Amino acid sequence: MRIMAQLAMVMNLDKCIGCHTCSVTCKQAWTNRAGTEYVWFNNVETRPGQGYPRTYQDQDKWKGGWELNRRGRLKLKAGGRLRKLLTIFANPLMPSINDYYEPWTYDYDRLFSAPATEDTPVARPRSLISGEPTKITWSANWDDDLAGGPELAPADPVLRKLSDQVKLEFEQAFMFYLPRICEHCLNPSCVASCPSGAMYKRAEDGIVLVDQDRCRGWRMCVTGCPYKKVYFNHRTGKAEKCTFCYPRVEVGLPTVCSETCVGRLRYIGIILYDADKVAEAASVPDEKDLYEAQKGVLLDPHDPEVIAGARAAGIPEDWLEAARSSPIHKLIFEFGVALPLHPEYRTMPMVWYIPPLSPVVDILAKTGHDGEDAGNLFGAIDALRIPVEYLAELFTAGDPGPVKGVLNRLAAMRSYMRRINLGQTPDESIATAVGMNGRQIEDMHRLLALAPYDERYVIPKAHAEQGHQLEELATQCSLDYEGGPGMNGPFGEASGMPSPVAVENFHALRERQAGDELDDANELRGRVNLLNWDGKGTPEGLFPKRNGDGS
Amino acid sequence: MSILLWVVAPYVALTLFVLGHLWRYRYDKFGWTTRSSQMYESRLLRIGSPLFHFGILVVLLGHIGGLVIPKSWTEAVGVSEAAYHVVAVVLGTIAGIATLGGLAILIYRRRTVGPVFTATTRNDKLMYAVLGITIVLGLAATVAANILGGGYDYRTTISPWFRSIFFFRPEPALMAGAPPLFQLHALSALVLFAIWPFTRLVHMLTAPIGYLTRPYVVYRSRDEQPTGTRPPRRGWEPSR
Repeated sequence: MRIMAQLAMVMNLDKCIGCHTCSVTCKQAWTNRAGTEYVWFNNVETRPGQGYPRTYQDQDKWKGGWELNRRGRLKLKAGGRLRKLLTIFANPLMPSINDYYEPWTYDYDRLFSAPATEDTPVARPRSLISGEPTKITWSANWDDDLAGGPELAPADPVLRKLSDQVKLEFEQAFMFYLPRICEHCLNPSCVASCPSGAMYKRAEDGIVLVDQDRCRGWRMCVTGCPYKKVYFNHRTGKAEKCTFCYPRVEVGLPTVCSETCVGRLRYIGIILYDADKVAEAASVPDEKDLYEAQKGVLLDPHDPEVIAGARAAGIPEDWLEAARSSPIHKLIFEFGVALPLHPEYRTMPMVWYIPPLSPVVDILAKTGHDGEDAGNLFGAIDALRIPVEYLAELFTAGDPGPVKGVLNRLAAMRSYMRRINLGQTPDESIATAVGMNGRQIEDMHRLLALAPYDERYVIPKAHAEQGHQLEELATQCSLDYEGGPGMNGPFGEASGMPSPVAVENFHALRERQAGDELDDANELRGRVNLLNWDGKGTPEGLFPKRNGDGS
Repeated sequence: MSILLWVVAPYVALTLFVLGHLWRYRYDKFGWTTRSSQMYESRLLRIGSPLFHFGILVVLLGHIGGLVIPKSWTEAVGVSEAAYHVVAVVLGTIAGIATLGGLAILIYRRRTVGPVFTATTRNDKLMYAVLGITIVLGLAATVAANILGGGYDYRTTISPWFRSIFFFRPEPALMAGAPPLFQLHALSALVLFAIWPFTRLVHMLTAPIGYLTRPYVVYRSRDEQPTGTRPPRRGWEPSR
């Protein structure tokens, strides 16, 4: 047994209102740079829909993730090591910019520089890739809220897997939102695909990262990831991906997407797992067993044997404490409502989802039934095949059983809590019908509905003795490195020594917000980081140099 | 003159090649990349790039066979000069044409596909020029000497000169007598080696051969080297 700790997330899809705040704040924090215009580490897609990049779930086309070979062993779906090296000069399975979308800006200058005419001048779109005038025909959320439904939604690879009947009944539309970040898988196929060994899973917290100094831009990770959550920065020629906001979680803060989530639907916590069992669990023959197999890899943090093993593996005491009070463990095991996204990719994803009950409730309410009555809800979950089958394709490799189980529990919570809210006597039979008791239902309700901040996010800090080296604390002078932020070396943007991410982003963001043209990287050299200025005196660089007069 | 061309120039180029790579690796690991443009355009790349790269790998092997391995060795294992020559000329010409064709497609793509052209730096253009000239001259020398002319046994002149550089006993006289096309090819190759570390060609030195043997999933500890932060300076190691 090799016990490791993993930071994991659960998203409660019932509460997602599709506002894209998580996407926007994530973009502001991480991908607000040249070369990553098209990149959304966090995106929210409407289901049914094509997703971002378009039809990424169609693994017959994109060949992401793992599959079993004839001997029942795991192999990368896009081909083994030799095949990867042979196709390294032109990756045949790489999505092009058009599969994401061509990012654009507007020709705002026209609004000011246009000569006086009868007509109002128009700022026309310009491609950020070629710089040429362009026509906007697609974006990351083109089919948001089922826009273009009858034409676009049938191309949804998940929908295509369902029986024909579904397409006919599409008129009785259902929809929900699916926010996605990198899954930080236990068995990451992107890491396995990286020829240079630049991608790695962090041993302490399981975050999957790209070492920017070792990445050589072979682009195999983009192909390897079935969720298409590794992106190629076309300016720097390096792969980039969601970092689980590691500078934040290292000091105990939730990720930006979680912190800013309006619906408070995200949960972050630690889970313990047995790294020796991962490969075995990922290679169970029947895809429908993968959900259970994945649960089997995770360990019970209350088990004395596990605690002893974790101590032996060097996991600190406060992390074990956090693992015991982890909302993730509760949602997966105690309440049994969280399911992994696409377990059939065999990557053991670690961002789990509570499937939404709302499509069922909506349909019930539309037909004039009481959408909070336990009997009605249980009946509807059994009867409404389409949403359930669709959810099953997303979360359990097509097995409707576990999805129905989860929906029943959510339904039970709904009607059990309604009785309490209306001052009626709690009906214990509702709880027992789904294998829970009233106490558990109330606990689950507290975690899902009230969702207090420190119960949603139980994030142990990184070792205190490493605090000095952590990014966000910045006890060292943040500008104390060669070159300065955002430097433009002779080998393309940002070549040279790396700068701390937090500092670079702070400056770049401010420059973009306040500047009226493309930022001049040289301007930022030798400037004081106000975040850790102690407020005394006027250190050199506190005020920007004036252009021209050299003062 | 021949000392300058065939002794000084090679050593300057080699020094730049070695030190340049060391410096670039220390100073600019982040810029060490292929800077792939496949995101922008894939159709032409999928023909041109493998054609060029596989071609140039064969060319590289050919150069190792012709320049590094002494003639006496191949003769010792029973390969006659004539047999060697036929193989070398046929393979070399095919690989050379594939390389040149691939490069032509890639340069055409670079010029005509808008986004790819915008992503091309001046550095790239210089590199393409030198690389293109070197390949053209090399192919021209082979074709002129062996297919049009009566054949030229470079293994008695150029190869010993090449090896003499590495033994630090350079013999410029050997090279001074070589046909001009071969001389020009060697000179442009020296220029290419000199600018090599400062271009995107550096990606060749980190060809991911290790991928064949390493385990699939890589685990790394945070302690090793905190990403994004400079390493602690001497005397300022954090106390543990």
